[in-house]
Amino acid sequence: MSDFKHIIAKRKRQDFLFNIVGILCTLVGILTLGALLADLLIDGLVRINWTFLTSFPSRFAERAGILSSWVGTLLIMIVTAATAVPLGVAAGIYLEEYARRNWVTNLIEINIANLAGVPSIIYGLMALSLLVYQFRLGQSVLTGGLTLAFLILPIVIVATREALRTIPQGIREAAYALGSTKWQVVRHHLLPYSLGGTMTGIIIALSRAIGETAPLITIGALTFIAFLPPPPIKGQAPFVSFEWLTSPFSVLPIQMFNWVSRPDQDFVVNAAGAGLVLIFVTLLLNAIAIAIRYRVRKRIKW
Amino acid sequence: MEEIPSLQHPVAAAADLAQHSPPAETPSARRRLSRLKERFIEALLFLAAFSSVAITLGIVGTLVYESSTFFAHVSIREFLTAPLWTPLFSPPRFGIMPLVMGTLVTTAVALAVALPIGTVVAIYLSEFAPVRVREVIKPALELLSAVPTVVYGYFALQFMSPLLQKVFPGLPTFNMLSAGVVMGIMIIPYVSSLSEDAMRAVPMSLREGAYAMGANRIITAIRVVYPAALSGIVASYILAISRAIGETMIVAIAAGMQPNLTLDPREPAATITAFIVQVSLGDLPHGSIGYQSIFAAGVTLFIMTLIFNILGYILRKRFREVY
Repeated sequence: MSDFKHIIAKRKRQDFLFNIVGILCTLVGILTLGALLADLLIDGLVRINWTFLTSFPSRFAERAGILSSWVGTLLIMIVTAATAVPLGVAAGIYLEEYARRNWVTNLIEINIANLAGVPSIIYGLMALSLLVYQFRLGQSVLTGGLTLAFLILPIVIVATREALRTIPQGIREAAYALGSTKWQVVRHHLLPYSLGGTMTGIIIALSRAIGETAPLITIGALTFIAFLPPPPIKGQAPFVSFEWLTSPFSVLPIQMFNWVSRPDQDFVVNAAGAGLVLIFVTLLLNAIAIAIRYRVRKRIKW
Repeated sequence: MEEIPSLQHPVAAAADLAQHSPPAETPSARRRLSRLKERFIEALLFLAAFSSVAITLGIVGTLVYESSTFFAHVSIREFLTAPLWTPLFSPPRFGIMPLVMGTLVTTAVALAVALPIGTVVAIYLSEFAPVRVREVIKPALELLSAVPTVVYGYFALQFMSPLLQKVFPGLPTFNMLSAGVVMGIMIIPYVSSLSEDAMRAVPMSLREGAYAMGANRIITAIRVVYPAALSGIVASYILAISRAIGETMIVAIAAGMQPNLTLDPREPAATITAFIVQVSLGDLPHGSIGYQSIFAAGVTLFIMTLIFNILGYILRKRFREVY
């Protein structure tokens, strides 16, 4: 009998010990995140002010700013979103609602799974050869935006499919029973109902694209640029201009990379400042995505 | 038969009717038009889905095309066996092994951090943690993989290196160890989240069986749940390996840029990805040997990740359990 108690006590102790180990391992991740934020704040907070946001890069660390790089990031994101969102959502709808089970569908599905595992720098190499030189798009905002759009396309497709999959079959059947065509079902029911899930995926994908550095370096984004692309809105008719698409660019992570690889400690402070802006934007986007997911989950009860 | 605008907002329904009414005088003409429209939309959607295949073809095509000019004047034998990688010096040497070793060493360090910690976290979250703790911890950990990698590079160079220098005196500022450790922490959520999903999908009855036999939680987790979820867990490990091999900015910033044929993670060394970044930063005339060499490096990287992805596919099939 005492043997038995002994065994039980031992097993409970094992469980307790693992509980501690589990909490410690979890803390490794959480504490690193905390240390990273603290490190950036301590190093870079002094640099965060209006001049930093509205100045061009400079040879002098105190005068250097991130104006051209955040404008570049913004423009690239516009191109990326305008390409990846319609393409990815359409592909997701096709695969989930239209595709017949045949080898073409299988090929597309295996292909998307594999694309998600391709290193981002490989997309950069592809864009360098194909977009920059074959299609002669140059080392422009358009090339950069398309490159990142290709990169996040699998994420958008998967998110769209998952969002569509949560809609009960009964909704589709009800709409068909009332005489809707397939596209009407998609357009008036499935798209609106899956909007929350799709939006979450799109925002997460864009936050990933904002932080991407390697593919843009590969296609030849500039590390030092002291002018802005031409504005999209003009004073005279036709009032809009797409010249900015062909402009050379830099983006925030490349600016940060450029500063962090300099030996001068003053520029490292700039790097931390740029890092703070970058991490603020990505964490903000992730928070928005989590908030949308939470609200959707709460609101919709099938 | 009239088409019934079902369950729509009245305004949207009216707009929809107005849209395809003008040429449609008879119901049958209208139906034909509507069928045409449906066909057209389906074709468009198919093209969108097929664009992903076009991207893959683009990747494989450009890699093969651009590196074929490289391999026209560098033999594959030299590429795989020469101990030096100095494509931009004279005389140039084209041995990819130093870069491959750099990639493998940083990957090994990252996995030594991410696999044990990620697995323990997954077991903890799936089998031990209260639901409310899990609901908070899981998204918090996932933020780790949302941080831009260039920020991790900064962290590895400015925080992890000085920290590790206290443990290993004489550690150079640029070294594979700190880059690898930070990379490992970055990929913890890939392992923990996916493994946890896999473990939670294991049916409760298996656990209850183990408990009924007198097993405690940890024994149940290790002997019953982990093997039952192995297919999903292996998938998460493979994803982590792919991420580590392809990771660029952390190693480009913190591991150094010199190709270095070594197994010692305390030394600086360039990885395949770091080399591509380094060359791309310079002026890169189209068709020059520097331009070709990054595609040769890219092919190597692509094949390495492909091997792991195929391996993962095989292992996943092998360990699949169906309940």
